[in-house]
Amino acid sequence: MMRDLVMVLAKALVDNPDQVEVNAKETDRVVNLELKVAAEDMGKVIGKQGRIAKAIRTMVKAAAAKEGKKVNVDII
Amino acid sequence: MRALERSGKTIEEAVDKAVSELGVEREQVEIEVLEEPNKGFLGIIGTRLARVKVTVKINATDKGKTFLREVFTAMGLDVLIEVQKKPEYLLFNLLGSDLGILIGRRGDTLDALQYLVNLVVNRNESQRIRVVVDVEGYRGRREETLQKLALRLADKVKRRGESVVLEPMNPHERRVIHTALQNHKYVYTSSQGEEPFRKVVIVPKK
Repeated sequence: MMRDLVMVLAKALVDNPDQVEVNAKETDRVVNLELKVAAEDMGKVIGKQGRIAKAIRTMVKAAAAKEGKKVNVDII
Repeated sequence: MRALERSGKTIEEAVDKAVSELGVEREQVEIEVLEEPNKGFLGIIGTRLARVKVTVKINATDKGKTFLREVFTAMGLDVLIEVQKKPEYLLFNLLGSDLGILIGRRGDTLDALQYLVNLVVNRNESQRIRVVVDVEGYRGRREETLQKLALRLADKVKRRGESVVLEPMNPHERRVIHTALQNHKYVYTSSQGEEPFRKVVIVPKK
C-alpha cells in the first residue's frame, strides 16, 4: 500500500513515469522504501531544499500510521 | 493529448478551423504558430498560408481529481472529492469518514498533499493555477481558531505588558495571526526564527 502510494506520487511528478521503480523491504514494524527515477527526474522528486521529497515522506508516513507502521523513503 | 495542425490565410482563420474541428472552446486550447502567413508580392508571388498547431489543454480540475483519486486508492481511503472554482484558486474539498490522517499534525499532511497537487496540476502548464485542498472545511475552522487565539493572546499581552511568543506556524497561519491583529490598538505583531520554526510574536505598543 505504501509502495503503491510512492509509485503514484512519483509517477505523477516525473517526465519518465515508466522509469519509476519502488523497492520495498519490510520487517515486522518498519517498511523501507527505495525510490528510483530517471537521472533527469531526480529534481522532480526532490525539489528545492528537498521540499518535494519532504512532502512525499509526509504523505507516506500518514499512510503508514494508518497501519501502525514506521516507514522510511530513500531516493536513490 | 488531442492536437490538430491546420492552415489558413491568417493565423486567426487557421486557429478557428482547428478549434471548431476539435469541438472545443478557444480558452481550452494552446496555440503554437508553425508558420507565419505571408501575403507575398501583390498577393501573387510567394504567398504562404499560416499554419498552426492547436492542442487541447487537459483542464486542471480533471488533472487534480485524477491524481487525488489515485492517491486515495493507494492509501485505501474512501474519499468524495468536491470541486469548487473560486476566482483566485481551485478548491478540492475532501469528504469522508476517518479523514483525520489526511490532515495530520496541525494540517502538515494536508499541506503536503496540497503542495503535491499544485505541482501535478501545474506540470507543463504555462499558466499557473493555485490549488487549495481542504478536508471538510478544516482550513476555515483552523483559521477561526487562530483568530480567536490571536485576540485572546493580544488581550493577555495588553493586560501584562509583556510580549508573547506563539508556537511555530507555517506562513499561511502566521498571516492569519498578523491580519487578525493588524489594527489592534494595544499590540503589534512580528515574526522571529527560521522556517520551519518561524513564530509570531505579539508585542505591547508603548
